[in-house]
Order: sequence, then C-alpha cells, then structure tokens
Amino acid sequence: MKKTVKRGYIVNSAVIAAVYALCIVLAATLGREGSFKLILAPSIWQCCYLILLASSLNLVLGFMGQLSLGHCGFMAIGAYTAALISLAFQRAGAYDDKSGPVFLAILFLCIISAGLLAAAFGVLVGIPALRLKGDYLAIITLGFGLIIENVINNLPFAGQNGLAEGSAAASLYATGLGFGSTDRVTYLWAGIGVTIISVALMFMFIRSKYGRAVRAIRDDEIAASASGINTGYYKVLTFAFSAFFAGIAGALYACCNSSLSTASFSFTNGSILNSTFVVVMVVLGGMGSLTGSVVSAVIMFILNYQIANGAWVDALPGFIQGVFTYPMLVYAVVLIVIIMFRPKGIFGTYEFSILKTPGDLVRLFKRQGRGKKSAGKEAAAQ
Amino acid sequence: MGEFLQTLFVGLRLGSVYALIALGYTMVYGIVRLINFAHGDFIMVGGYTLIFTVPLMTAAGMPAWLAVVIAIAVCALVGVLVELIAYRPVRRKGTNMTALITAVAMSLFLENLAQAIPAIGPNPIIAGQFFASGGFRVAGVTLDYITTYTIVVSAVVMLLLYVFTQKTKMGRAMRCVSEDKSAAILMGISVNKTVLSTFAIGSGLSAIAALMYVAQYPKVYTTMGSLLGLKAFVAAVAGGIGIVPGAMLGGVVIGLVESFTTSYINSSLTDTFVFLILIIVLLIKPAGILGKNVGEKV
Repeated sequence: MKKTVKRGYIVNSAVIAAVYALCIVLAATLGREGSFKLILAPSIWQCCYLILLASSLNLVLGFMGQLSLGHCGFMAIGAYTAALISLAFQRAGAYDDKSGPVFLAILFLCIISAGLLAAAFGVLVGIPALRLKGDYLAIITLGFGLIIENVINNLPFAGQNGLAEGSAAASLYATGLGFGSTDRVTYLWAGIGVTIISVALMFMFIRSKYGRAVRAIRDDEIAASASGINTGYYKVLTFAFSAFFAGIAGALYACCNSSLSTASFSFTNGSILNSTFVVVMVVLGGMGSLTGSVVSAVIMFILNYQIANGAWVDALPGFIQGVFTYPMLVYAVVLIVIIMFRPKGIFGTYEFSILKTPGDLVRLFKRQGRGKKSAGKEAAAQ
Repeated sequence: MGEFLQTLFVGLRLGSVYALIALGYTMVYGIVRLINFAHGDFIMVGGYTLIFTVPLMTAAGMPAWLAVVIAIAVCALVGVLVELIAYRPVRRKGTNMTALITAVAMSLFLENLAQAIPAIGPNPIIAGQFFASGGFRVAGVTLDYITTYTIVVSAVVMLLLYVFTQKTKMGRAMRCVSEDKSAAILMGISVNKTVLSTFAIGSGLSAIAALMYVAQYPKVYTTMGSLLGLKAFVAAVAGGIGIVPGAMLGGVVIGLVESFTTSYINSSLTDTFVFLILIIVLLIKPAGILGKNVGEKV
C-alpha cells in the first residue's frame, strides 16, 4: 500500500470514529426527549438501511456496470432471516426483554447471518450473470426479485400477512427483533456502527485489487479477460458481496420495523423502498461513487419525509401541493431530467476524502469564479 | 380431459394477450435495442381510454368494442410522444444503461401521472361488458365467446403484422433498420421515421391487448400494466427478443405455463414458475428459443 493511501485511510477512519462517538454521546443525552425519540431516531434507522441498500447496489450497477432490478429481493431475504432467527431464539427462551449481552450477541448473529444467506443467493444470481449481460441480466434479476417475493409469501412460517401469520401468536414487534421507540434509541449505536463499517468495507473493496478488476470488466470485458482477469469469478464475487450488504440492510429494516411484509420489497410500490427506487438513488448520486449513493439516499429520505410531513408543503400554491400528493411522479421527472442533462449523477465518480475534499472544493469554486469572470469579459467586449 | 381442455383454452387465451403485448416489446427492441419498460403502461392507457370511450360508443349506437379504434389511436400517440420526449434525446447522448433507466423512469411517470389525473384516481374502475356472454360447447367443455375472440383476433393481428413486416415497404424498412442502422441510412431510409412508426404500431397492439384483457378481467387500475407487461416481456425474451414469431411462441408458452401451474400445482406460485421458465430458457439458450447466438466481435 502506498504511503499516501495509508495515511488517507488512517486520517479518514480517525475522523469518522470521532464523529461516530460524538453522535452516540449526543444520542445518549438527547435520547429521552420526545421528538428525538419519536422522529429523529426512526429516521436515522431508515437512512441507515437506505444508505446500505443504495451503496451495495452501486457495487453492481456503478462499478460492475450490470443493471440489477431485483436488489430488494436480497433485502427481503436478509429481513426475514434476521426476524425468524431472533424469533426462534426468543421462543427457545434465550432472552426475555431486549437487553443484556445475550440479546446483543443474538442481534449481531442475526445481522451477520442475514448477510450471509443473502450472499448465498447473490451467488445464485451471479451464475446467470456469467452468460448474460445488459438487458438480459436486468430481466433475470427482476425475475429473481419477484420469485423471492412470491416464495416468501408462500412459506408457511412467513406468510403473506407478514410474520404475524403462521408464527404462533407472536408478532415480530413484541418478541423478535422489532424495536419499539425506546429500543430504537438504545440500539442506535449498533445501527449506525453497522452502517459505517459496511460502507467502509465496500469502499475498501472498490479501492483494492478486486475493485480495479471489477471496474476493468465494466469498461471493457473482452480487454479485461485478455489481460488475465477471471471475469466470471469477479462477477459472482461482486454479486455476492453486494447481496451481503443488501442482506444486512434487510436485518436493519427488520430491527426498526414492527412487522414485515413482502410488499415492502417489491419491484415497485408507493414508498421509496423498492427495487426501482434504489436504482433511482444510485443514478442520482452517481454510478460509481459510494459517496454519491450515501448522500443521495439521505437526500431522498429527507425529501420524501418532508413532502409527506413537512409543514412548508401546506404553504405552497394548490397546484404544486396536488403534484406533491404523488411524490413518485416528481421523482420520475427528476430521474429523467438527470439522465438527460447530467447522466453521471451528482457526484459522477467522485469519492469523499478528508484529505482531498477541501482542496477540491476550493478548486471547484475558483474554476466557477474564473468562468464567470471570463464570461463577463466577453460580454464587455461585445 | 375436460379440465385439461379448459386449462388449455385458458392458457391459449392468456398466451394470445401476452403475445400481443410481447410483439410491442420485441419490435421496439429489435429496432432501437431498448427494453421499453413503459410498454406495460400503454396497456393501462388503452384500458382507461376504453373505459371513457365505451359510453360514447354505445350512445352513438355502435357496438362497445369499436372503442378499441380510439384506444389504438391514443396508445399510438402516447407511444410516439414517449419516444420523442424521453427516449430519443437520451439515446442520442447516453449509453444503453441510461436509456434503460429512462425507460424505467418513464414507466413510473406514466403510472403516477394516471393516478394524479382526477378522473382516474388511485382506485380501480370496473369496466362494462364488451362482448356478449355465453359460448359454445366443444368436446364437453364450454368455450366462451371472449376466449374465442381473443385467440382469433390475436392470430389475425399477428398474421397481418407478419405480412406487413415481410411485404410492405415500411415493414422492410423496419427490418432493415434493425439489422444495420448505418446501412439503412445509406439506402435512403429515414431511421427516425421508421422508429416512430415502430413505436406507434407496438403501442397500438397494446390497445388491442387491453381490450382483450379487460373483456376477461373487467377491472382497470393504474398499475395493471406492470405485472402484465413484465410477463409479456418474459414471453418476448423467452421466444427470442427482436424476432416477431418468437414473441408469438413465447407468449403462448408463458400463457400455457401460467394456466397449467394454476390448475395443477398452486395458483399462488404462478409468477415463480413463469420466471423460472425464463431463467431456464436463458441459461440453455441465451438468445431465446428462436434466437440465434451471435458471437461477439472484438
């Protein structure tokens, strides 16, 4: 590893750790307040799984250049795995209330196994990816997502009405992972921590030898294989790796929701959590920029939340309010406009780094200033 | 035997509707190499046009199904507009991937635009009757009129389409553009005009499919085209996308798989089997049943 790269890793992880610690302390002090407990903490949980979902899809879509339209299927696998494992432990009497080291161990076991099972299915999807690409692969992944949804609905122990049906009298909320509002604040550190570690792992993956190989496959598959890259191996690996983090996102989803239903993980639905919308987030942030995925997931969440609940919406003229009743309409137009005028997304392939970003920002502003000045000169000359 | 025949007829009926929709997918894909995800939503447009024009037709003393003529015109117009406003500018600048994402966005847009229109709204609308009920008995099973009409009409439409692509000047231009775009330009074919007419014809076909589908399941809602379109697309890919007879074959295969799964295995697992068939077909023949595997040139 080069010395500058190493220094970058050390500085960035130190700063992130400090910010993380600050957040946790803030959460611990603010945690008893009503609005933090009821609004901010659930929002942070939702941001966490959206971030994970978007950045894990970016590995396949942005870095490998293969469109996957069934990404929420992996999330569904993760969510159901985590929920069912925790329910099984609860019924075996391993824990009663959601506290203590045993529950913590089970929580992390659930998260890890959700990721692993999703990764196993990722390998299954990756195998068709060896023979197919582009449009054909997109349709296979779409079909795979639908199959997962359909099969889970038909499982006797998961059921169409979420986990309430078929799993004795126990709904997820009371006994399994599903956190109430107090638990959401208590375990906020776990959710944020898991998200930070996962994004860091993905970042390291794309910067490593593996990531370079994957990007080479995206740019020119034939040239990559001629240079000795085993394209099949890397494709399956990336699919599995991406599915792993989608599974973890699913586990986080199972933690912060009171019930599960496959409708939340379908191809399209009314909310912002579906396979199509994850693609929107990745494209908006920039295909090939994890920073972009993280930022656009958060932006999209805030926008969606504000359109649905914000007080300022009531102050708008009636026509715009009418349009905002159908936020998906707005997002579709935004997506089309972005594709037309900035196909690279907000960030393109740019990645955030504490050492470089301030300098880059200064340069960006300087260049814009110069652009304005020269434009002014031209106008004066005319 | 009776149940088998009944299932077979249901499968053929479903298959004919899928084939009509799949034709639209396959023609557009053949000519611009783009999966038109919004195609399923053209069915929804057709369905709503039928709902609104059938009362006019009956008031004018004409049979209800004649409304399909207006539906075809509206669908063709929507198809042409989508191509002009969204697909063409993106295709000129972007890659295949950006075009595909635009198509997904367009589908989202149409579905939600329909919901935002006050006359349509988010709730399903129940359609009236298009054809006389009843039917005739064949070998111990009742073959109702709707099933017969569906199968016959789509067979005729497909035959016409086949003759059109093989014999007419415009049809030959379409095949030419899909084979080699730059050679087509050199031969004096206007590519843009050809692409537009392909979109118009493909979308018009989806209006006929909407008539047949709504006649059987009289409920129209904004997301009705979503799953229907996906299955039809599966049919087009399974048969070999870009090939007109492939879409017909694929449609019938998917329809039969669906109806036989429903009656002999489990009605709630039909989607799984439909997509499993697709995955199996693509793994064995990556270009579809009738498709030819073309090696990649460096």
